[in-house]
Amino acid sequence: MTATAAPPRPSAPAAQRPRRRRSWSGGVIGALGVLGAITTAELLSRLAIVNPDYLPPATEIFADLWRLLGEADTWVALRQTVTGWAIGLAIAMAIGVVAGVVIGSVPFLRAFTASTIEFLRPIPSVALIPLVVLLFGTRPLSAITLVVYAATWQVLVQVLYGVADIDPVARDTARSYQFSAWRIARTVIWPSALPYVVTGFRLAAAVALILEITAELVIGVPGLGRSIGIAQSSGAVTETYALVILVGLLGLAVNVAARAVEKRVLHWHPSVRRSLG
Amino acid sequence: MPMKTARLADEATETATLTAETKAALDVRSVQKTYEGQGRTVEAIRELTFEVGPGQLVCIVGPSGAGKTTLLRCMAGLLELSGGEVVLDGRPVTGPPDGMAVVFQEYGRSLFPWMTVRQNIELPLKEKGLGKAARREAVDAALAAVGLLESADAHPWQLSGGMQQRVAIARAVAYEPSVLLMDEPFAAVDAQTRAELEDLVRSLWKRLGVTVIFVTHDIDEAVYLGERVLVLSNRPTVLLEDVAVDLPPERDQLSTRSAPRFGELRGHVYELVQAAKLGQRPGGDVEEP
Repeated sequence: MTATAAPPRPSAPAAQRPRRRRSWSGGVIGALGVLGAITTAELLSRLAIVNPDYLPPATEIFADLWRLLGEADTWVALRQTVTGWAIGLAIAMAIGVVAGVVIGSVPFLRAFTASTIEFLRPIPSVALIPLVVLLFGTRPLSAITLVVYAATWQVLVQVLYGVADIDPVARDTARSYQFSAWRIARTVIWPSALPYVVTGFRLAAAVALILEITAELVIGVPGLGRSIGIAQSSGAVTETYALVILVGLLGLAVNVAARAVEKRVLHWHPSVRRSLG
Repeated sequence: MPMKTARLADEATETATLTAETKAALDVRSVQKTYEGQGRTVEAIRELTFEVGPGQLVCIVGPSGAGKTTLLRCMAGLLELSGGEVVLDGRPVTGPPDGMAVVFQEYGRSLFPWMTVRQNIELPLKEKGLGKAARREAVDAALAAVGLLESADAHPWQLSGGMQQRVAIARAVAYEPSVLLMDEPFAAVDAQTRAELEDLVRSLWKRLGVTVIFVTHDIDEAVYLGERVLVLSNRPTVLLEDVAVDLPPERDQLSTRSAPRFGELRGHVYELVQAAKLGQRPGGDVEEP
């Protein structure tokens, strides 16, 4: 009965110092790991353990990436990919959050939609490729549709969990002070669900990028994915790898950005907050 | 506020009966509460009737599982009654009523971690429609009253448990309720902090003239704080005894707690709670729990 109250509080500077040292050495180890992977790839190719026609040496791939970054076409394709990804993700976030809050707040709607959501969610978005090709051809709208479909579920399901996870004491507090429904939504439900929204955003951002690239590669929607397809079919193996690495770096940037957003908006959350006053 | 009538009510309870013309701040009339679960019904409260006069400080004790929290939630309008009614200032309670504030045991969950201390206290005042300047003044006054003015811009989780509960009390005080409900507010803080907070509640109560209903499982705390102690039976809950606490109004952790009368009252309430645990019902009948 007594232990229920305070959430665990990290006890400040003492706990902070070793953590920082660990993350610093973690960074060094991580960098060494990347270097090791690149060296391995280089050696596999140079020593002809893997046919260099299929896997060019890593140094050549990076040299080619450097060349690509000097070309306007690469930046156009990158912009097209990022635009499609961002638009799709934004739409998915809007749908997921609004639908999640509404469905999650109304028990009837939640029960009413639960089975449908569980049925639609596992359908792989790529299975819809024939459908979007019929509807939109190779226009960017094809990719955006796939992105929206795939990413919305990630957000929606997280928001549903988030709305269900509102602390009953916080809810009682709001009710006993007679907060209006709108104020409860803004000051209690939304902040409570925010950690879930942020997690949904991170998952959705990754899935959205996958679907955007897939649509470009398979359907031929303009963007980095299509560039990869063209490079591959014209036998430019090194360039294919270089573009794949570029897409990988884009994914990394997306994840780092999502983490930064998380840290900012959840500064009060036990998973983020660190110091005591 | 209603300090004069508080004295009146005090005298009335000495004789354990409130006359009809004494207007109660809170009137609990044959309240019943039965929880209906899937294929299982639990009768939590069988029948409770009592009145709390304006400006009184009443403590409610009972064995664990006696439905103390259920009763409090019924009075707060957070839980629907199965029978009877709760009347606050002459109006029946159907939902959370005007002029009532609740301090919960779980301060860490009742305060919003995403807001600062000031924002937490300010929020109910915004809902009340107070202007910016008035809100600022009310928050400052409430924080000063609990001695936390310098922590206004901290987040609740940066404060100790006792300080967090002070913030929750400040939030309730700033709301200016006529009735303040407290649900085992100090169950999760250490003994020294608890003594400080008890004195804080006594002094705020005396200064503001607010009616306080204080639910606790701690018998000493109930006798030390209250003008009356309502002892509840075990489930299904009825009122076992309404004990008038005839200790002097000026109370002090050291002298009050060592006064012979305190010991007698404490002993009496203790015996009642022990009897309640064993299934004692009013009128002497024992019901198997």
